Amino acid sequence: MTRALGWLAALGLLAGLAAGFGYAPREAVQGNVQRIMYLHVPSVLTAYLAFGLVLLGSIAYLATRRPGWDRLAGSAAEIGVLFTGLTIVSGSIWGKPTWGTWWTWDARLTSTAVLFCVYVGYLMLRGLIDDPEARGRYAAVVGILGAINIPIVHFSVKWWRALHQPSTILGPEPSPIDPAIGLALFVNWVAFTLLFAYFLSRRIEIARLEEQT
Amino acid sequence: MTYARRAWIIFYKDLLVERRSKEQTNALLFFCLLLLFLFQFALGPDRDRLAAALPGLLWLGFILAGLLGLGRSFLAERENDCWEGLRLTPGDKSAIYLGKLAGNCVLMTAVEVVLVVLFGVFYNVDLWTPAAPLALVLALGTIGLAAVGTLFAAMTTQVRARELLFPVLLLPVQVPLLLATVSATQALLLGQPLADVAHWLKLLAGADAVYVTIGLLTFEFVLEG
Repeated sequence: MTRALGWLAALGLLAGLAAGFGYAPREAVQGNVQRIMYLHVPSVLTAYLAFGLVLLGSIAYLATRRPGWDRLAGSAAEIGVLFTGLTIVSGSIWGKPTWGTWWTWDARLTSTAVLFCVYVGYLMLRGLIDDPEARGRYAAVVGILGAINIPIVHFSVKWWRALHQPSTILGPEPSPIDPAIGLALFVNWVAFTLLFAYFLSRRIEIARLEEQT
Repeated sequence: MTYARRAWIIFYKDLLVERRSKEQTNALLFFCLLLLFLFQFALGPDRDRLAAALPGLLWLGFILAGLLGLGRSFLAERENDCWEGLRLTPGDKSAIYLGKLAGNCVLMTAVEVVLVVLFGVFYNVDLWTPAAPLALVLALGTIGLAAVGTLFAAMTTQVRARELLFPVLLLPVQVPLLLATVSATQALLLGQPLADVAHWLKLLAGADAVYVTIGLLTFEFVLEG
């Protein structure tokens, strides 16, 4: 099952590469640099999915005390941090040629950086507690607070400063994206979600084996 | 014993211990004074530059003092094996959190008031005119800082590398509070009316409500260990 998921994710990523580099047209203003989007946007969507699962796993663990939920939360957090890191790095590489700077304290960049820091703290906390039961409880409290804090961070940073274009995909208006670009993005998003699912099932398996020893 | 009474007992105990030992207040006040000196040295004697950086420095000072003060809130319990006593308290454990939170707020407020006055004197800022709205920002900021700080302190007290982990967990969560309080303080010091910072105050109040609620709901899970 997991192995099949891995192959599916690999196929998806190949299809994503083909769609991003072959099928999708060159963007008129930015040129080929724009193709970073096919990595950048699916990464951040995957990270959101991961942190959503951390919240879910944390609440469910405190309610049921089944170790499985804690493994889900911990594994999802690790992969979420990975994809948030990818988002920040790919965004920086995209920002340099288009905005002229690697980093700027724009609202969305800042809130992504804060998100990254919150979950790195979460992982550090997990790393410092040996007893799985206590680790689960403490991590769940931080996981819940961290997730519920996301909208507060979002608004505070938005009011603080507002360079990044507003979200085009998740916004309320119909998307102004060219259909071919939209399709390439969709293929990559599906591929990243499959990759996430593969990583997650592998990581949960490892966590389960770790606790047995 | 009612819920309020249990919260009160914890609050009273903490203040009494602090009044008799003066352990934290003295050290924190001296620490704040040192911070003032260091900020001055770091930024140089240029008054305009200091004035521009003032709100940020002020809140950075509060947060650093909070890191030291709040991080210790459960140390006495751990060192003297009172943790078991807290755990054996009958009824809803969130009363303990509420009492601790109130105690921490009082301690932090005391330190902050002294720090603000010292800032006013050393940097020659008129703090008297915007005193009332400033007090509101201060109160809202302190509750938010203490709410998360108390919860995380209870957690990290049980963990090795406690001194390191507490700031690593607390600081990123405090970003919205820092942005809101610094922006509001800046506007108030520039003489803008309270209505201009209403959105920040609403954000602070909302964040406080969220943090305190999460603290009340999750504290019993933290206390178990």
